[in-house]
Amino acid sequence: MKSSEKEMDQGVSLSSQVLIEGLRAVWPVCFGYLPLGLALGVLAQKSGMTPVETGFMSLFVFAGSGQFIAVSMLAQGAGATAIIMTTFMVNLRHLLMSSSLSVYLGGSSRSRLTLFSLGIVDETFAVNMERFINASWDINRGLVVNFAAYFSWIASTVIGSMCGQFVEKGAYGIDYALIAMFIGLLVFQLKGSIYCITGLLAGTIAVAVSLVVPGNSYIVIGSIIAATLGVVIRRTLGRDRTHSNEEGVVL
Amino acid sequence: MNPELVVIILGMSAVSFVPRFVPLFFLSGKSLPTWFREWLDLIPVAILSALLLPALVVSGEPAQVDWLNLKSVVAIPTLAFALKTRSLGGTIILGMALYWGAGVYLG
Repeated sequence: MKSSEKEMDQGVSLSSQVLIEGLRAVWPVCFGYLPLGLALGVLAQKSGMTPVETGFMSLFVFAGSGQFIAVSMLAQGAGATAIIMTTFMVNLRHLLMSSSLSVYLGGSSRSRLTLFSLGIVDETFAVNMERFINASWDINRGLVVNFAAYFSWIASTVIGSMCGQFVEKGAYGIDYALIAMFIGLLVFQLKGSIYCITGLLAGTIAVAVSLVVPGNSYIVIGSIIAATLGVVIRRTLGRDRTHSNEEGVVL
Repeated sequence: MNPELVVIILGMSAVSFVPRFVPLFFLSGKSLPTWFREWLDLIPVAILSALLLPALVVSGEPAQVDWLNLKSVVAIPTLAFALKTRSLGGTIILGMALYWGAGVYLG
């Protein structure tokens, strides 16, 4: 682990340095949440939710894709059990993200780990992982990333449900914000050929699975199979090299 | 607030929290086997790709693949820009602008 700011982990003080570094890492995500939150707010308003209810949902759930699906299910009149089960399935991928992050967060206090876990979503996960691997990063900076994203998500979904009906459908490339965000985040992860191979495998398997299995389970299935194949490939190709080191083996 | 919606939101909150909390809380600080660490190291790229590619090329109900569409074509210059600049903010802005512009241009 590269960060050695152990003393930070005990205090409650938040140095401006930590705040600035965290915000510098996360601002594009906050920016990208604006169109996404607006889009969700409009959908929520159309499904009969008030701005207050939309705000409560973002405050308690903070799961972009889960909320999109829940809101569209609400609009179709689905029941509570179906919506909650679907949210669970959609958010199962966070199990994998949380496990990956745990490698870098040893030595953090329990309360911080709990707070941090509240803010694990696709985007904060990718930003924090990139920083943990490439920069001097710690749980405090990670918390700034998570909570800045969290608050901007709440704000933009509420704004969307209040005034989203005035935004013309499809304007300003709103529908592309999430895809563009995934592309930008993916590039951070392409650290060597084994990462590119794993990514191609995961994408292809996910596409194939999505054609056969209904719902969103293709995300978890594709990721698990591809990461497993990636380890097998890395071990097979790397057999006659010196034994793989502890952190981030680059092929 | 509609009581059924309160139940839905609290239920969603619980099922969103557990998968985020359990691994982080119980695995951090533990020494994990090397193969598992290597596997976790590949999870980010795998998840992002598994989210991205189907979003680009799969659509419809029932789902079908369409390799060449506005989303997938716009993704090519967006990806090139991202690889060159490594700028997340710039990539989001460019992708949205290209997609919007292409939509307007193609009518």
